[in-house]
Amino acid sequence: MIGQYLADGIVLGSTIALGAIGLTLTYNILNFANFAHGSLLSWGAYFGLVFVMAFSGVQGGTFGSLSFGWPFIVALIGAAVLTSGLALLVDWLVFRPLRRSNIQVALVFASFGASLLLRNFIVVFFGPEPRYYSNSIQMAKEILPGVRMTADQIFVVVLAAVLVVVLHLFLTRTKLGKAMRATADNLALAQVTGINVQGVVRWTWVVGASLAAVAGMFFGLTVQVLPEMGFNLVLPLFAAAILGGIGSVYGAVLGGLVIGIAQDVSVMFISPAYKPAVAFVIMIVVLLVRPTGILGEKK
Amino acid sequence: MSGLVSYLVFFLILAAIYGVVSLGLNLQWGYTGLFNIGVAGFFAVGAYTYAILASPVTSGHLGGFNVPIPLSMVAAMLVTGVAALVIGFPTLRLRDDYLAIATIGIAFSIQLVAMNTQWLTGGTQGIYNIPQPLANVFKSNFEYNVFFLAMVLLILFVVYIALERMVHSPWGRVLMAIREDETAASSVGKNAFSYRLQSFVIGSMIMGLGGALYACFIKYISPQDFQPVLTFQIWAMLIIGGSGNNRGAVLGALLVWMLWSGSGTLVQAILPASLQVKGGAFQIILIGLVLMLTLIFKPRGILGNRRAIIPRAKQAP
Repeated sequence: MIGQYLADGIVLGSTIALGAIGLTLTYNILNFANFAHGSLLSWGAYFGLVFVMAFSGVQGGTFGSLSFGWPFIVALIGAAVLTSGLALLVDWLVFRPLRRSNIQVALVFASFGASLLLRNFIVVFFGPEPRYYSNSIQMAKEILPGVRMTADQIFVVVLAAVLVVVLHLFLTRTKLGKAMRATADNLALAQVTGINVQGVVRWTWVVGASLAAVAGMFFGLTVQVLPEMGFNLVLPLFAAAILGGIGSVYGAVLGGLVIGIAQDVSVMFISPAYKPAVAFVIMIVVLLVRPTGILGEKK
Repeated sequence: MSGLVSYLVFFLILAAIYGVVSLGLNLQWGYTGLFNIGVAGFFAVGAYTYAILASPVTSGHLGGFNVPIPLSMVAAMLVTGVAALVIGFPTLRLRDDYLAIATIGIAFSIQLVAMNTQWLTGGTQGIYNIPQPLANVFKSNFEYNVFFLAMVLLILFVVYIALERMVHSPWGRVLMAIREDETAASSVGKNAFSYRLQSFVIGSMIMGLGGALYACFIKYISPQDFQPVLTFQIWAMLIIGGSGNNRGAVLGALLVWMLWSGSGTLVQAILPASLQVKGGAFQIILIGLVLMLTLIFKPRGILGNRRAIIPRAKQAP
């Protein structure tokens, strides 16, 4: 019984982890809590939907027992590109002018406003009803005694793990990744050493938004595509980032898994209706006991 | 003509109720710099407390206490104050962003509770037939609404005067000192945390009062009334009117409510029936655009004359 909830939790946790990475990066490098990040997840899911629908005519079969084929992979990449563009556009229109005027809390509030705007643009363009990438019904197979997962769920967990490793290599091996870490650690020092901070900011959005798009499509693949999905995920995302220690990429991954598992395992003890509130309760406990999170150092 | 007048009365009652809530937020944000984006949650606590206490015996949810209306209003404020204490205590020491995340979390959780505790709140069905003061005295609905408007305006005025006196007292000056420079305020022996908590609790109690007035006027509440959009509207009212100024908070409530109802009417009039369901989305987008433009071009709002926004410590690019 618990094994099944753990498995479901890891699937949800993979989604939350990818979303929380972007949140923690923007928090660290741009120094504000971006409430609009959840809406980037939603937009990623809907951009993905557009690609999947566009390719619906050229269906080239599906991979093995997965519910999708090549079009979905193209959609993942396309959604990442378009969501990055959207993030850069929102940054350019809203956050950049506010960064200039040096008002920190206005930035957070503007992101709250932006999240509502982005969500309502989805309602205007796509309508309020839930959507799915595929209508085929997936059969869950027993992978361990008492634990059943669909091929799609396994795909989500594996691809999330691969992306985290790629991100790790990017941050530790590439010049740009090192520049991003340096900027996050000490902005003034990074500027003095000649790091192009504007470039770092842009790449922060691109990396964060791409991972958000993938997370959004993961949620769409394993649950459904809904305008409010990102808004409902914002709290788990923050909980994951805070739990892991805000600013820490590995903390965000760990926090995402913990939150995802906690939400699904909680169903054993409380009504599933309160599943979303579990993240909030964990977050408050972390704030009380260890405000810097598990892997965080900064205050 | 009489239709227009009665609509105007209806419009002004809601504007005044939102004015009360906006004043509560102004104490927290405008004067103390507390970043509460869970307004809808505190508003909901007030509304539900009032509805449950004042209602006669009903099936479907907790009720039947028949508590007199003024007492129910006071109880609504007290319960909201307790909720604010519980949420403020762990989070008010931390950076503003944490308070924002915590308050939106509490608002979200309150909505979940309201939706799922059928025995307490009536669940998604909501609570009907919420009692109104002197409901049997007036002959027509219009006359009653005129009375209600006078009552709400009186309450708005009392809250306004009380807040004006508070923020211009030594207590209020400490709040503003903390808002501007916490280190300096602490260095002269002021316990910033304690003042923050007081401001947060009092501001939330005023929001709870607003919620109780809303439940009392509309006579029906359901979880639908307490969406994050409400928080967004109240914030838009305060920012556009001018935070750090109580008159600005009330003016903003009037203007944004006008914009909201006006655009609602417009959406109904010009959009084809097929797009009507999306009308609400268009309204939010409109308010959002006005708000963004205000934040970027006039961050202090129309009447905000004080430096109501704290500059950040670490400067980002």
